[in-house]
Amino acid sequence: MASVTLEKINKVFGSTHIIKDVDLSVGEGEFVVFVGPSGCGKSTLLRLIAGLESITGGELRIGEQVVNDLPPRERGVGMVFQSYALYPHMTVYENMAFGLKLAKTAKETIEERVMATARILQLEELLHRKPKELSGGQRQRVAMGRAMAREPRILLFDEPLSNLDASLRVQMRNEIARLHHRLGSTMVYVTHDQVEAMTLADKIVVLRDGRVEQVGSPHTLYQQPATKFVAGFIGSPTMNFMPAELIDGSAEGCRVRAPGLGELALPQSTDGQRSGAGLTLGVRPEHLRLAEAEGDNSFEIANVEYLGNEVYVYLEPKAGDTLLIHRSEAPSRWKIGQRVALVPDLDHVHLFDGDDKALAIAKQSQAA
Amino acid sequence: MNQYQLIKLAKRVGLYALIAVVMVYAIFPFYYAVITSLKPSSELFRVDFWLSSLDFGNYVHIFTQKSFVRAIFNSILVSISVVFIALLLGVTASYALGRVRFRGRTTVMLVVLGVSMFPQVAVLSGLFEVIRSLNLYNNPGGLILSYTIFTLPFTVWVLTTFMRQLPMELEEAAIMDGATPWVTITKVFLPLMWPAMATTGLLAFIAAWNEFLFALTFTLTDSQRTVPVAIALISGGSQHELPWGPIMAASVTVTVPLVVLVMIFQRRIVSGLTAGAVKG
Repeated sequence: MASVTLEKINKVFGSTHIIKDVDLSVGEGEFVVFVGPSGCGKSTLLRLIAGLESITGGELRIGEQVVNDLPPRERGVGMVFQSYALYPHMTVYENMAFGLKLAKTAKETIEERVMATARILQLEELLHRKPKELSGGQRQRVAMGRAMAREPRILLFDEPLSNLDASLRVQMRNEIARLHHRLGSTMVYVTHDQVEAMTLADKIVVLRDGRVEQVGSPHTLYQQPATKFVAGFIGSPTMNFMPAELIDGSAEGCRVRAPGLGELALPQSTDGQRSGAGLTLGVRPEHLRLAEAEGDNSFEIANVEYLGNEVYVYLEPKAGDTLLIHRSEAPSRWKIGQRVALVPDLDHVHLFDGDDKALAIAKQSQAA
Repeated sequence: MNQYQLIKLAKRVGLYALIAVVMVYAIFPFYYAVITSLKPSSELFRVDFWLSSLDFGNYVHIFTQKSFVRAIFNSILVSISVVFIALLLGVTASYALGRVRFRGRTTVMLVVLGVSMFPQVAVLSGLFEVIRSLNLYNNPGGLILSYTIFTLPFTVWVLTTFMRQLPMELEEAAIMDGATPWVTITKVFLPLMWPAMATTGLLAFIAAWNEFLFALTFTLTDSQRTVPVAIALISGGSQHELPWGPIMAASVTVTVPLVVLVMIFQRRIVSGLTAGAVKG
């Protein structure tokens, strides 16, 4: 178990700057998830920690030790790959023992460690099988076992569940969460799936174009996204965005006008914003209410999705082409083609400025 | 029988007839060689397509010649050495060319390919000087050296293509487990490269086993010759007699090991040759 500290980490491949000034600290025993769209550099960042890529600039510390120039085996990290990358010609036991053997560990110790790891991952029955005789979930567990057998200080996961089908993914997600709970080891996990990030993480790191967009607990990221990007990325279905215009505002709150919704009094402080400034209103699908259409507040229902326990109603937006989404408990009385009014829950509305930064809620109303 | 069934039947017959033609075309020369080798020399010039009696006189004749037995031994020594050296160098080179990113990698690959395009005759005189100066003239070492030069490009190309196909993550997993490149090659890649190694090894073996021009040029005495040259130099009782019987017996003798090897590795060859083509 160890902490990981990244200070101003940079990575340049040829002429492309992949990782830009990333600062991050991963506490001992913490489960940190890197999440972001493809190409945001999350895998590269993990590989920098693993030592599979060289660091262009900055300092990487594992525990107290600077490991920038240490080869992977001396960093004390174990890694689980997306494709598992098990050695096809070795049995499960040999796969898990390979690293220990290369480290010239005594035979009894190898046996002991592999058996202990196998016990934790319920692989005892499979030790003499080859990878091709295993199911996807079992291979996944062997890959974790191989990473764990050397007792690394940090476990790294590179999109480990993306090769599994949906139901198995949920099951393995659970197993990884329980494993972390039981071992209490430091884990860094990369995924593009925000559900995995939300369910597994103690701390989520949202990356975008090689920069850290926001770091925080799943709760913080969901409730107080720092930018429009994070707000749109975390949560499913995604947050609704609508253009809005600032009428007037102060440190205590503001009034904005949004097409269709009319004038809204919001608790956000708009210090430093001029009236008339273009803002973006963000409302999560569950924080919208539908009512009978009334005057200008009239949106056409484009589609209704029935999911059994809940219903998604898609509405034609007043601006842009992204459909607005409303989520409610099933059953729902709304039909395609109907026109309805949208009523946002004003305590849960997010407001983003022209640079897509979230405007903070004024202190006064936060207390209330 | 209606028209469609007739057409179907005709197509079927046509197919088998074609197959028969191809089979005869491919196999007949070898078949006739076997037949000839099993005939006594008195019947040699009577044309028949079936054996009326078995006569192993020709085989006895060639195997009692010390120089021929010696030639077989030389051929085995040379071919196996070539296969071993070519695979060793091929695997290590293909790791570098397939896995290590470095400047000029494509250039190196193209040069390797270009070298393999030269006809043997073009380099014969130059190679002769090299072998002379290395003191390898009339020595199996000279043949091993020259065969390896011509086998290596092919070996490197096939193995490089194969090596590139092995998943990158496998190598990275080995790195995470603390493996050095050498350990990665021997413990992780080699066991997976068996089909490719069998294919290239076998083709290298066949090339070395059948090679004639260098073997003729770089050897002088009977004791250093390889089989193809030895066969060509089998002589009859007089200057005007070509001893077809012993020549055929010798040819069949040296072809059989190849056929057996191909049979053994047949499946591997197919999977090895197609391995580069389709993602498997």
